Amino acid sequence: MEAYIYDHVRTPRGKGRPDGALHEIPSVQMATQLLQAVRERNALDTALLDDVIIGMAQPVGEQGGVLARAAVLQAGYAQTVGGQQIHRFCATGLDAVNLISAQIHSGMIQAGIGGGVESMSRTVMGYDSGAWTADPTIAYTNHYAPQGIGADLIATLDGFSREDVDAFAVESQNRAAQAWAEGRFKGAIVPVKDVLGDVILDHDEHMRPGTTLDNLAKLKPSFEGFGKAGFEAVVKDRYPQIEELNYVHHGGNSSGIVDGAGLVLIGSKEFGEKAGLKPRGRVRAYANIGSEPTIMLSAPTAVCQKALRSAGMSKDDIDLWELNEAFASVVMRFMKEMDVPHDRMNVNGGAIAMGHPLGATGAMLVGTVLDELERRDLNTGAISLCAANGLGTACIIERV
Amino acid sequence: MRHMKIEKAADGFATLILDNADESMNIVNDAFIADMAEATAAIAADDSIKGVILTSAKKAFMAGADLKQLVRGYSKQEAYAFSQKATQMHRAMEMSGKPWVAAINGLALGGGFELALACHYRILVDDAKAVVGLPEVNVGLLPGSGGTVRLGIIAGMKTALDLLLSGRTVAPAEALKLKIVDEVAPGDALIDHARAWLATGPAPVKPWDVKGWVPPQKKGMTVPEDALAYTLAAANIAKKGYNTPAPLAILSCVFEGLQLPFDKALTVEGKYFAKLLSDPVATNIIRTSFISKQAAEKGARRPAGVAKSEVKKVGVLGAGMMGAGIAYVSASAGIEVVLLDRDVPTAQKGKDYSVKVQGKLVEKGKLTQARADEVLGRITPTDDYALLDGCDMIVEAVFEDIGIKADTTRKAETVIPPSAIFGSNTSTLPISQLAQASSRPDKYIGTHFFSPVDRMGLVEVIRGKQTSDETLARTLDFIAQLRKTPIVVNDSRGFYTSRVFRMFIFEGVAMVEEGIDPARIENAAKAAGFPTGPLALLDEVTMELPVKIVDDAAGTEGNTYTIESGLPVLRKMIGMGRGSRKAGGGFYDYPQGGSKRIWKGLAEHFPVAAQQPDQDELKQRFLYAQAMETARCLEEGVLETPQDADLGAVYGWGFPLWTGGTISYIDTVGIENFVARADQLAMKFGDRFLPSAWLRNKAQRREPFYGEAAPIKEREMA
Repeated sequence: MEAYIYDHVRTPRGKGRPDGALHEIPSVQMATQLLQAVRERNALDTALLDDVIIGMAQPVGEQGGVLARAAVLQAGYAQTVGGQQIHRFCATGLDAVNLISAQIHSGMIQAGIGGGVESMSRTVMGYDSGAWTADPTIAYTNHYAPQGIGADLIATLDGFSREDVDAFAVESQNRAAQAWAEGRFKGAIVPVKDVLGDVILDHDEHMRPGTTLDNLAKLKPSFEGFGKAGFEAVVKDRYPQIEELNYVHHGGNSSGIVDGAGLVLIGSKEFGEKAGLKPRGRVRAYANIGSEPTIMLSAPTAVCQKALRSAGMSKDDIDLWELNEAFASVVMRFMKEMDVPHDRMNVNGGAIAMGHPLGATGAMLVGTVLDELERRDLNTGAISLCAANGLGTACIIERV
Repeated sequence: MRHMKIEKAADGFATLILDNADESMNIVNDAFIADMAEATAAIAADDSIKGVILTSAKKAFMAGADLKQLVRGYSKQEAYAFSQKATQMHRAMEMSGKPWVAAINGLALGGGFELALACHYRILVDDAKAVVGLPEVNVGLLPGSGGTVRLGIIAGMKTALDLLLSGRTVAPAEALKLKIVDEVAPGDALIDHARAWLATGPAPVKPWDVKGWVPPQKKGMTVPEDALAYTLAAANIAKKGYNTPAPLAILSCVFEGLQLPFDKALTVEGKYFAKLLSDPVATNIIRTSFISKQAAEKGARRPAGVAKSEVKKVGVLGAGMMGAGIAYVSASAGIEVVLLDRDVPTAQKGKDYSVKVQGKLVEKGKLTQARADEVLGRITPTDDYALLDGCDMIVEAVFEDIGIKADTTRKAETVIPPSAIFGSNTSTLPISQLAQASSRPDKYIGTHFFSPVDRMGLVEVIRGKQTSDETLARTLDFIAQLRKTPIVVNDSRGFYTSRVFRMFIFEGVAMVEEGIDPARIENAAKAAGFPTGPLALLDEVTMELPVKIVDDAAGTEGNTYTIESGLPVLRKMIGMGRGSRKAGGGFYDYPQGGSKRIWKGLAEHFPVAAQQPDQDELKQRFLYAQAMETARCLEEGVLETPQDADLGAVYGWGFPLWTGGTISYIDTVGIENFVARADQLAMKFGDRFLPSAWLRNKAQRREPFYGEAAPIKEREMA
């Protein structure tokens, strides 16, 4: 069975801070409002849906307890719709889309919604800590180092200078600003409403249009403190070719901390017919992979190659790429390794400009690339995210 | 009960007095544990005893575990059983139904402080020398009878990790502040305070034995601040490298222990302890840094039958860096020093070193000005050989040139008494050859100090062919006066330490020659546990120095001080004017205000190969090259004992302590494995790794260096 994309929605991204517009909105409410939007935009009989998978990078506290099920019920969906929560760090949102697709491909379900939610302002990064970072035996043996250290390690190994990564960040801001100015996200954005039902946010709040190299040059590197606290020693044990780490990443060339949610509606052909919906694209391949965990962020190349192999495609068959801008060096390394030109990568900017609501981003990127393929009348798109502890996820879609 | 006694009193408060019958200190070993079990049972059963004061008849409360017992080699099961016996001993005290108060009358370290932690109340004598702490990490162990668990609960995770991972000890004021003791009292009131506390009728129950007690970190990693603290702690111990398992085991004990019910936490701690004690690393560290070191300092190598001697006046010839340092440590030890050089200003410059070093100590409050002045008063800088009159000891530290040394020797010998010993601080020149300039070669000996003399504890004593037993004994007495650690070796070019150390630096240079990435070379050395990479070291000592030693040796008869690989690299570097940091840069550039960076031009002259070897192989090459050369020294009789080899390696040039030293490293690998791997390395990299027939035979007999070492006399001398 084919898995078709029928619709996708996302919230605007609010600053992930107490003064961010979405800070008063509980995670479950973001998910609920998106679920309601999917139903209303498509006049959907929700009883046709089998499963809703909503992931998050912090599946604890208000985001725990299978938030998907709570949101399904709160949104007034049919009680028969299942719910599930997954966690694959930053790749969660994309993996949720993949898993809905896979269930359709296998014939297990006819239709479902996959995506993610993350209120970074309301939860604490690291709240779910877990053995991989906090159990000394595991952290020490497995050479755990924070992601920012991995990003700086990539820059060091690949010779990306501070100017290089800052230039990449400026471009992300410019592209995002232009995309918003031209209304390219309009079809996907569902403004978030407050308790009174009034719109509280209708645009990405984190962007800094007009950012220049000079502005960025003033920012201090963020991860040197971690490095000196011992992680430099950890990294050198794994990467003995490193003489000194080159600390180049900071808030301005790393993904922004934001609140937000994104969902993708996927179903079989039969589902579309029953629901009276026209498919916009299909999920052609997907893959997960693990890679060296200390550098942590270098899986996208391998996982995209894996997905391409599985689709019987080569990288030149991909018209547009979306690789999450976790850190500038992650995308820069990918473009270098895969020989992908910048004008086909993150053409509407990325998380450096708009922010990265951890578990939600992957689903948002599926929507972003699909909308852009339609706007440019191109066919194929690939989406990938690096994720913690060396994980990586990819998805290849094409228009139908 | 041989090691303690119970004294009962009319008020019902008994005193349990620790007094080891065989040692000057109270220590934890099987005999002590058995006595404690008996005493605790007797106290619990005696209705007339209402409370217990635990104190010591020695100056110290208790020094800790009996390291001589621990080094014997434990299986995991034996080690666990040992820890559990000590753990049970502490639990029996806690749950005896009677309140125990530790009247800590002097220092309480390791097992001694664990014993105090098992008491219901701790009073520490108000004496700066009465430090307390759990320094087991320093010998590659952890406090394995409840120390990590009790300290974690009593002091909290942060303090516990600080004390346990640093191994630092704390004086009474800080101990009170950290709440690891409950009270500080003057020495003469210590027992009264203990009685007074008992008189308040305290409940003899520890918090963790009260029903409903919750482990402090039962919520585990759901408390993000705690989780992050452990993440950072794990990274911090990585700074010390990945060779020593104790820090991680300690961290895991605290992390796991604070989440568990008390007795379960003790079990886990015991298992981590057993893992460490049954690991050769702990044994290596204990043997070399404690047992062998102490034995050497107490005269293990001193020939018997020579009366104990004392140096009152020493002549130090040459006031350069080494002479200045030797003068300073001698004067600090209360010895009159004549510091001689070619003119008075030069000699004075040497004395100024003592001014400088002591100035810093005075500034830090570690030395009084009066005492510093006293030391300075003992040093007479001069250019007049006549002032050497009356010296019982000479240490010659002039330029490394046989002619200059001979001239100095002759001049000094016209003045010094016939009984005076003449020591040469040469680092490589054969002592027997230097002794030819002496009119009394039996009094001539090598005394090789290390730089900086005031910080390096080792002295390599070299016996020439004619050096007498008396000369050796008196030289060792002098070194004992300086409170330094001696090793005794026989004569050969480079003796032991310089000869083997050259294998370290030249292995690094050989790697450059092979096209190995210099960062990998330096990181491999550091990852193996060496304090500095070979290339950085060469920049500091200058490349000219090792090259000169090799060149000087080249013309001599039967020369074996040769270098297999790497020499051309050094010659080329020197030729390019990049022979040292002093020359403006060597393997590294030294930008002003920045940290050193590997010289970018290096790759032009010594291109980095596309294929780089496994890092473990590089680490092994450093360790094996030096261990193999050390084995040759033993075979040739340059070294007489494995202890000298290990002490010299660890304290002479920073061979990693986790290995125990160059010879312990072979035993750690296993001599058969060592020979097999060395053969592979020899095939790939050259004969410097090739085991000799002697070593092969030893390997075939599976004869370790420690345990079954043949008596010295039976061995062939080269």
